[in-house]
Amino acid sequence: MATSGQPAPREVRRASVALGVAVGVFGISFGVVATGTGLSVPMACAMSLLVFTGATQFAVIGVLAAGGSALAAIGSGLLLGARHIAYGLSLNRRMPPSICKRLLAAQFLIDESTAMATAQDDPAHAESAFWWAGLSVFVCWNLGTLVGALFGDALGDPGALGLDAVFPAAFLALLAPLLRRPDGRAAAIAGAVIGLALVPFAPAGVPIVAAAAGVVAGLFFAGPDTPPPPPEELV
Amino acid sequence: MTWGWPALAALFVGSYALKATGLVALANRHLPTRVEELLGLLPAALFGALIVVSTFGDGQSLVLDARAAGLAAAAFAVWRRAGFVVVVLAAAVATATVRAIG
Repeated sequence: MATSGQPAPREVRRASVALGVAVGVFGISFGVVATGTGLSVPMACAMSLLVFTGATQFAVIGVLAAGGSALAAIGSGLLLGARHIAYGLSLNRRMPPSICKRLLAAQFLIDESTAMATAQDDPAHAESAFWWAGLSVFVCWNLGTLVGALFGDALGDPGALGLDAVFPAAFLALLAPLLRRPDGRAAAIAGAVIGLALVPFAPAGVPIVAAAAGVVAGLFFAGPDTPPPPPEELV
Repeated sequence: MTWGWPALAALFVGSYALKATGLVALANRHLPTRVEELLGLLPAALFGALIVVSTFGDGQSLVLDARAAGLAAAAFAVWRRAGFVVVVLAAAVATATVRAIG
């Protein structure tokens, strides 16, 4: 990924497996927390299979654990999931045109698969990278949830191993090709600033969606006569 | 309304709809170059935010903790053009070390 412009499929596979392992550990902690909140083992496992978005699932459990209603839990979960609309739009050119394939791919559209597909220069590699990351994370997340739900809190805190730092690091590594271009760097910095600025004020999930407006900064670098697009087009 | 299978069904339908919308909306459309440029930059803006928010965010507040050491180690590794696995291991080791000390 970071070693050359055109990553070998082997590097993609290795990265996908590494991401899967880290996600699996968080799947275990999701299973532990979900059953600890009172969800049954089948309910915890079904949620990981169907919803398959870690941030959304943890938010839902968090609201329920705090005594919130199911409606409130669904609301904050979906707010966190809103960024997937932008992910889908950004992958438009990199996924096959068939609607059927896209409807199937939608289930596996997550942070990791989007970032892995984005990191590829060759569109053919992009699609296989999407599936490698999506399926690797899917298998590990669901196995982890099952193990955590069945065996409980025997595995300790993933934070002690520094595993929570794996995700920002992974996204940084996958973003590296874009960061080496002036327009990509400008968009990333603008997105980061927007995201950080909104954290204290906006509900969780909103800062990431709003950061999409950061692309305007990137277009500014593409050419002096490029007019900024209306923000409605971004999400 | 308490949590149950209908609530899970609603969450599933909503989550899937969010994921499918962007993927399906523009399928087979030929878009102006400027819009394609914009979509190509979208991951930079989104992941730029995701990286810093998941490093410095803690609920509604911003904090500087061991995760920042992990991101710094990762940034150094990416700058040195290290492979993916090295980058994420560097981050995990740096964060775990700072946590063990602090």
